[in-house]
Amino acid sequence: MPDSPSEEARAVPRDGAETVPPHERAVPRGGAETVPPGDTHAVTYDLAVIGAGSAGLAGAVVADRLGLRVALLDSSGEVGGQFYRHPAPALGAVRPEALHHDWDAFAGLRRELADSGVVHLAGHHVWTLARDGELWAVHAVTGADGDGERPVCVRARTVLFATGAGERQLPFPHWTLPGVVGAGGAQAMLKSGLALPGRRIVVAGSGPLLPAVAASLAAAGARVPAVVEASGYLRYARSPAALAANPRKLAEAATYGAALLRHRIPLRTRSAVTEVHGRDRVEGVTVCRLDRDWRPLPATAGRIDCDALAVGHGLVPQIELATGIGCATRRTDDGAYALVVDAFQETSVRGLWAAGETGGVGGAQLARVEGELAGIAAAARVRGQETHLRGSRARALRRRRARMRAFATAMARAHAPGRDWTEWLDDATDVCRCEEVTAGAVREAVRDYGARDARTVKLLTRAGMGWCQGRMCGAAVTCLASRAGTESAGEAPPPAPERRPLAAPVSLAALAALRPDGLPAEDEPHPE
Amino acid sequence: MTRHRSPAALVGAATESAFEITFDGRTLSALPGQSVAAALWSAGVLAWRTTRVGGRPRGAFCGIGQCYDCLATINGRPNRRACLVPARPGDAITTQEGEGHAGLAV
Ligand SMILES: Cc1cc2nc3c(=O)[nH]c(=O)nc-3n(C[C@H](O)[C@H](O)[C@H](O)COP(=O)(O)OP(=O)(O)OC[C@H]3O[C@@H](n4cnc5c(N)ncnc54)[C@H](O)[C@@H]3O)c2cc1C
Ligand code: FES
Repeated sequence: MPDSPSEEARAVPRDGAETVPPHERAVPRGGAETVPPGDTHAVTYDLAVIGAGSAGLAGAVVADRLGLRVALLDSSGEVGGQFYRHPAPALGAVRPEALHHDWDAFAGLRRELADSGVVHLAGHHVWTLARDGELWAVHAVTGADGDGERPVCVRARTVLFATGAGERQLPFPHWTLPGVVGAGGAQAMLKSGLALPGRRIVVAGSGPLLPAVAASLAAAGARVPAVVEASGYLRYARSPAALAANPRKLAEAATYGAALLRHRIPLRTRSAVTEVHGRDRVEGVTVCRLDRDWRPLPATAGRIDCDALAVGHGLVPQIELATGIGCATRRTDDGAYALVVDAFQETSVRGLWAAGETGGVGGAQLARVEGELAGIAAAARVRGQETHLRGSRARALRRRRARMRAFATAMARAHAPGRDWTEWLDDATDVCRCEEVTAGAVREAVRDYGARDARTVKLLTRAGMGWCQGRMCGAAVTCLASRAGTESAGEAPPPAPERRPLAAPVSLAALAALRPDGLPAEDEPHPE
Repeated sequence: MTRHRSPAALVGAATESAFEITFDGRTLSALPGQSVAAALWSAGVLAWRTTRVGGRPRGAFCGIGQCYDCLATINGRPNRRACLVPARPGDAITTQEGEGHAGLAV
């Protein structure tokens, strides 16, 4: 049984601006101090967890159990992250689990959170992290969309990055038309807002998320005329060991397969949506077969009528807070960047841990395992009890992590974008949605001005300079720039991970409130 | 197996507490706890912004606060991410044109 809505309403403040949980939950361990609303920064935490998805929740509750004073920050008003997104309590859903498998695991974590001393700071958008002597200063803006007046600074001895992932988008003609939405985005809007972008929705792109999204949309009443997957699932067969070691993943895949059958949703592999049609909104899409490098085969083009398209080409770790402070990254098998972590999830910077998608995309179960491991490791460090690291629980978690990471690698290889996808991108298409920079302009910067990476393209064209700071166009721009490099120089230059100065937008007022040492001005300790 | 025809029916949401908001003067219904973007989608509205350069229509794209395509003017305040801001009874949503400062004397 899921928790009742009223329980949920108590555990999680509903309004993002109402940031501090009720007093009874905010009593930190071993301290007589309570945390009065609006003054969270008066307390020094042992661990600040950024992100309350599977990884962050698991890390926070175990660290609390092991005696740490933990703050759990998330921009959202609800815990659960992307996988366990669910309707806000006010929607009064009595069957939130209908859109999830594995809901019990989440219900368990949420109960543990409610019973713990963890201080859940909902509606906190962390925009940067700074050193503060021996401590870390975690800076956040508050409110549903970070528009609240009050900047907040949380100080902690250690930090766990559990900020999850974003969707990788590869543009195609007319992808900016209303009705074209992210595949994960459609899933998120459905899970939390009970809304659909249309009634006939084509699901396209690449990755294991697509069948899951199609199954949810269909269960919620939409018609899904096709799931269009650019890779062939046969590619998984190249990693037989990883498949054999992860029967649960196979069962999951079979479940979605069965759901597709039940809703009579055809699955088209080695195909892509190469164009969207419609005047003011989506009216149909062109689907093409692809060769093995994702080059479209025009003779195979056919039209499918629909009123929405949910599209995404896998996920990309969201790591700017960590790279901003200098944490090392690695290139993943699908060409993204993830944080480098050690056997206990610590990044290359001592005292900073990472778990879940930030260390490489691998799904909610892996995120939970890694979060717990990171929580144990942080507790061992803070309390000087390294023996925890050799305990049977930590050993079991490490074994499960190794098994699931192997599957994640197989998945990344199977769905890595093919080299020639840019062939379906005509010059008139906007690559950068914010600044409205076309593929033609990017190609010109590459061809005529010698740009070879996203950063140079950005300076020349403004692509990636808008509101989203390149989150939507980054993958595409990098491909366009490095492809040209491949053709002229014979090999692809290694594109660097993107750096964004701010992980969340900050108002000038919030910046102005910062003292020169990087701490918010209103953050003075109160006079005795 | 029962066939569910709407997302709200699927999860058994309390739809009786719906309230009204307006979009460019038109009255729409929203559910408590829905974001502004979710309420607009539920009413079949997919675009509530025009771009600065091409004046093209846009609405929610990423659904999780990362793309800023869903910027709307809510109760006179421009540049709010509609996928994050919860709808409240009586909210007046208006199409945001370009920078969203058209109504300001700057
Ligand atoms: C849009 C989207 C939809 C998805 N849907 C599914 C699905 O239906 N099924 C599935 O199997 N997988 C889905 N995934 C994959 C998902 O990433 C994993 O399954 C799982 O949620 C990973 O857990 P995590 O803890 O690593 O990250 P997440 O669950 O993503 O949790 C990260 C949390 O960090 C918070 N956060 C991020 N940045 C900040 C910041 N700067 N300040 C404060 N808080 C921050 C976010 O609000 C979020 O709650 C989806 C991914 C995306 C991007
Ligand atoms: S839809 Fe992307 S920010 Fe709202």
